[in-house]
Amino acid sequence: MPGLSKHLTLLSTFCLLAALAMPPVLANEEVNIYSARKEDLIKPLLDDFSRQTGITVNLVTGRDEELLQRLQSEGINTPADLLLTVDAGRLANARESGVLQAVQSEVLTARVPAVYRDPEGYWFGLSVRARPILYAVDRVDPEKLSTYEDLVAAQWKDRLCMRSSNSVYNQSLVAGMISHHGEAEAEAWAKGLVANFARPPRGGDRDQIKAVAAGECDLTLANTYYLGGMMDSDDASEREAAAKVAVFWPNVETTGVHVNVSGAGVTAHARNRDQAVKLLEFLASDAAQRWYADANNEYPVNPEIPPSATLAAWGEFNADTLNVAKLGELNAAAIRLMDRAGWR
Amino acid sequence: MLPVFSVVAVALQPAGEVWRHLAATVLTDYVINTLLLMLGVGAGALLIGVPAAWLTSIHDFPGRRIFEWALLLPMAMPAYIIAYTYTGLLDFAGPVQTLLRETFDWTRHDYWFPQVRSLPGAIVMLALVLYPYVYLLARTAFLDQSATVTEVSRSLGAGPWRRFFTVGLPLARPSLIAGVSLVQMEALADYGTVQYFGVNTFTTGIFRVWFGMGDSTAAAQLATLLLMFVFVLLVLERVSRRQARFHHAGGRHYRPPRLVLRGYAGGLAVAACLIPLLFGFLLPAGVLATWAARTAPRVVDERFLQLVTNSLLLALGAALLALLLALLLGYGQRLRPHPLVRLAVRGAGMGYAVPGTVIAIGVMLPFAAIDRTVDGWAREWLGISTGLLLSGTLIAVIFAYCARFLAVALHSVDAGLTRIRPSMDDAARSLGVTPRAVLWRVHIPILRGSLLTALLLVFVDVLKELPATLILRPFNFNTLAVRAYELAADERLADSASFALAIVLAGVGPVILLSRAIGRARPGYDPVP
Repeated sequence: MPGLSKHLTLLSTFCLLAALAMPPVLANEEVNIYSARKEDLIKPLLDDFSRQTGITVNLVTGRDEELLQRLQSEGINTPADLLLTVDAGRLANARESGVLQAVQSEVLTARVPAVYRDPEGYWFGLSVRARPILYAVDRVDPEKLSTYEDLVAAQWKDRLCMRSSNSVYNQSLVAGMISHHGEAEAEAWAKGLVANFARPPRGGDRDQIKAVAAGECDLTLANTYYLGGMMDSDDASEREAAAKVAVFWPNVETTGVHVNVSGAGVTAHARNRDQAVKLLEFLASDAAQRWYADANNEYPVNPEIPPSATLAAWGEFNADTLNVAKLGELNAAAIRLMDRAGWR
Repeated sequence: MLPVFSVVAVALQPAGEVWRHLAATVLTDYVINTLLLMLGVGAGALLIGVPAAWLTSIHDFPGRRIFEWALLLPMAMPAYIIAYTYTGLLDFAGPVQTLLRETFDWTRHDYWFPQVRSLPGAIVMLALVLYPYVYLLARTAFLDQSATVTEVSRSLGAGPWRRFFTVGLPLARPSLIAGVSLVQMEALADYGTVQYFGVNTFTTGIFRVWFGMGDSTAAAQLATLLLMFVFVLLVLERVSRRQARFHHAGGRHYRPPRLVLRGYAGGLAVAACLIPLLFGFLLPAGVLATWAARTAPRVVDERFLQLVTNSLLLALGAALLALLLALLLGYGQRLRPHPLVRLAVRGAGMGYAVPGTVIAIGVMLPFAAIDRTVDGWAREWLGISTGLLLSGTLIAVIFAYCARFLAVALHSVDAGLTRIRPSMDDAARSLGVTPRAVLWRVHIPILRGSLLTALLLVFVDVLKELPATLILRPFNFNTLAVRAYELAADERLADSASFALAIVLAGVGPVILLSRAIGRARPGYDPVP
């Protein structure tokens, strides 16, 4: 009967879907992670953790805000035990929206300095990302560079490459400016910066570095691990571009270099809370901290870990001592400010 | 339609003063850029797709048989990936401009070079990968035009140009508009390309307001405004299609001899077909292959095969389900032409123009609500927790795909169904055939080509899909698109090339099948290679 085969098709489709919907078989001990860190930049550490402890780690990667949205909508049924993000502001947002819980751990408080964690233990920074000035070695005299604030000076007119204001890195930089100088002064600064752009904002951090190297402009702001990634690249043209650019640490005598952290917090409804805390402590351990530097040129949060050779070559700097949670609070204000300043 | 509804529901709440801020600063930009993008991409797709379709369907010239299917290949190329490759190639720091500067010893101010990362750049990128929709539908229309029409016009002394403009083009208009509206919907939903190019449209605005400013209500309202654009498009398309009924007057279906183009004209024809193929597929695929050759040994490991399997299975599952739904809706509309049914069908097709992320969140919210209700009920009455039944499963992912790509399947199925004239049903019934047999012996053979088209189009679209997969997928589950995105988002374009190339290659097979299906879908076809 022809009609029967149609019913069969329907039936088998539904069976297939039902099979797909079955939850995975539960292992003895496990911990489930929603991670905004890309798989390549966290999986090796998680594998180490599994090997050492026998705890299975399940991972979904995604973008910060979308993972947060997922966590919120799943509510008390969420399978996630740990939320990993690449921006402290997003961690602060997560705390605000009630999806995280406080963790008291002496290990964590000892290893993570107070500026890089939530005062009540809702989240902990695990690696530090600095956003200094990068300049073309053959065209810029580093003596003339001083602060982020000075980038609006007339001498930098038409010499600045910048990423779009859609980038969360620029958003938190501006949030930092607002926090230090107030909104009016920060807006005047942003307008001055826009006036010095050599071209409309476009591309990612590596693109800015390449543009400086190729002579489209002379200065940019970029996170250091992108420069490190280019230095380690197997593409000769990326290595050449990286060699034409150097790091300048601005604001060392004033507010300090703008930094942000990637970090994690245990979810409010975690079913594997103990395992999640264990994983957090592992991520803050010496070996894991060193891995952040070696594998992705990020700075360890633990000041006692010596930086890798690449990081050491860029020199030491004073980081901004503002608690990174503040950047999250001011993020929306920063975006509006950039809209008003015409920073596309 | 569920995701669309849940977005509109969120939008109905009053929004704060975000709107005043947007109106004072960036809203004008969003509207202008979105309109220009829509018009530009639509025009570009027509300019490339229509001549190519006209040439390959009723003419003959060197390479015609290859162009027939090869012109569909750019369809397998995700828009954000072609954007990455061209940026890598043509940007200020890229090899082309560097070579120019080194050869002529220029600096930045000495020369002008078109800026890839700009609104015109985005229009070109999107037109290059989206024109196959226009080509596909236009070709079907040109091939379907009854031979009598062509012969009459020829016997009346109309030259080839005149026949194109006064007969071929007007008769194909409904199909062209259908194709352009698909292209424009896809362009409206694009996030990856415009975001990378720094062009602010409604889509980037939705993301900025939602994720940057944390205002989901205003974001949903922007999304609803986007839906209005789509609604206008759909109404325009329907109005133009209404007249289509008069065109299919039946007639003899034999293929008139092809007009052979030689010399100068043949060269022009080859150029018109080769240019889109070259820039929409060969060149970017070549760039990807060069990158992949360098990075594959490092990035491709034992998980690669799993990624390929995941991508293919998901695409197949979603394509089958979308086809089934499209058939249900199509027949529902045919058998019960009630205004409510028509409205439902129209609404179901709107998901195509909605950015994947918005669809994904539109799926996530109601699914989580269902899970909560079931869980609460089970806790109260059975004392157990059912946890999450739908959220975070592949069902959610496939559901989102269907919501997003149903329009594509509906278009093809609809087009197929209009070819079955009610008189055919009556004729078959009067010959004593049961309704069920009418379905199997009359409808299915006629529909086969359209069904296959629907299946393959959704398949290729799902292979390329990123945002819904990224947001809704379960633990430890990745696809090719997710891997390609993760590496590209980390600004390791060369590393992502292997995965991007795999997406393209996985799409090429179905695209070739698609072209054959079209050849066979009509009465009196001549078997094309």
